[in-house]
Amino acid sequence: MKRQVPLVLCFVFGIVMIFTQFSPHSFSQWTYQEVISWALIIGPFALVLATVTLIQTHTARIRRRTEHWQYSFVVFAGLIIMVLIGIFLKPQNPMFEWLYNNVQLPMDATMFSLLAFFIASAAYRAFRARTFEASLLLITALIVMMGNVPIGDLLSNDTASKARQWILDNPNLSARRGIILGVSLGVISQSIRIILGIERSYLGGGD
Amino acid sequence: MDWNLIGIWVAAFLTLSIYSVLYRDNPFYRFAEHLFVGVSVGYGIVLSIYQGFIPFAWNPFFAAVTGESAIGFIKLIPICIGLLFFARLSPRHTWLIRYPIAILIGFGAGVAIPNVLRANIFEQTRGTIAPFAEIAAGTLSGWGIFEAVLMVVGVICTLTYFFFSVEHRGPVKWLSKVGIAFLMIGFGSAFGNTVMGRVALLIQRVDFLLNDWLNIIS
Repeated sequence: MKRQVPLVLCFVFGIVMIFTQFSPHSFSQWTYQEVISWALIIGPFALVLATVTLIQTHTARIRRRTEHWQYSFVVFAGLIIMVLIGIFLKPQNPMFEWLYNNVQLPMDATMFSLLAFFIASAAYRAFRARTFEASLLLITALIVMMGNVPIGDLLSNDTASKARQWILDNPNLSARRGIILGVSLGVISQSIRIILGIERSYLGGGD
Repeated sequence: MDWNLIGIWVAAFLTLSIYSVLYRDNPFYRFAEHLFVGVSVGYGIVLSIYQGFIPFAWNPFFAAVTGESAIGFIKLIPICIGLLFFARLSPRHTWLIRYPIAILIGFGAGVAIPNVLRANIFEQTRGTIAPFAEIAAGTLSGWGIFEAVLMVVGVICTLTYFFFSVEHRGPVKWLSKVGIAFLMIGFGSAFGNTVMGRVALLIQRVDFLLNDWLNIIS
């Protein structure tokens, strides 16, 4: 009951999803669309559970007065304001859009742009052309970066952007295709193992 | 009250708060970081409810209750399966969470097999060998032939590098070494594009601070 039923459910849903994609019958297509909508319905419950876990973690931080516990109230404030306005006034409400455009979006872009500094600092330490492979990586990265900015073309008379495009369309694409083919074969073999119940680590430990 | 102006000041304050971490960890950064977590999770919940739960579960179920379409009652099954996630909160019933997880994993595995086969294996293989049809027809230039051969060599050598069923000695070792060279070019391209993407975001934020907030650039 505790382990066998989930294995059977996994097998049934896996097999059904495979067969419905190979059958053009209307019932098969309806089943495919219906099960996809089921996944979209089940997903939000997992997100709510994750939020409950986040709330539990921050409540515990406040209760134990761990370092920087005061900031957990900021997490709650952001979460509660966003959820209350979004759910009761709907996402199209100007107040919700204002919060998205002036709070979430700027922080999102700024957080990701921080990576530019960290990458530059990491590259300074890691990009030492000590071997042939490291030199190849360094030169390719430099050409791609120079080909992306106007000054690259200005200095090289349009050669930088042409070289960048050739690298992206040829050696880069062949390496990516090799990786994609390898990863895809791995995904297929792992999916077969999961459906057949050979791989069952997702069930966790215990009974 | 000009909410647009307040929005610009709030966004500028949060942007500068996050950039302040480049100097060192400080209360402004911690405030913005925690606010970002709360707001992002809240936004995710609202979107998943309005774009997932309401159109796919609530509306059909409500239509079934009001007698418009009885098929909507079928949505009770995924709703009940989804509710099993909350068994995680009760130590005695934690095992029930395996049901929705098993269904989602089985669903994902079943969807993945045909799609990965079609999009990633057949299409990528076709794209790799397709130029050889043009070579056979005699419509490809010398440079095009070189590129087509380079593509096949790159794919085979990259795959050889990841082929661990035989020891990498002799010809396999050299194929694998060429594969590493192709991989380094691939990683270098990915690195260059990632850096430029992040720098573009940085330029956009600096442009916001100088143009929208301080109004220095006309």
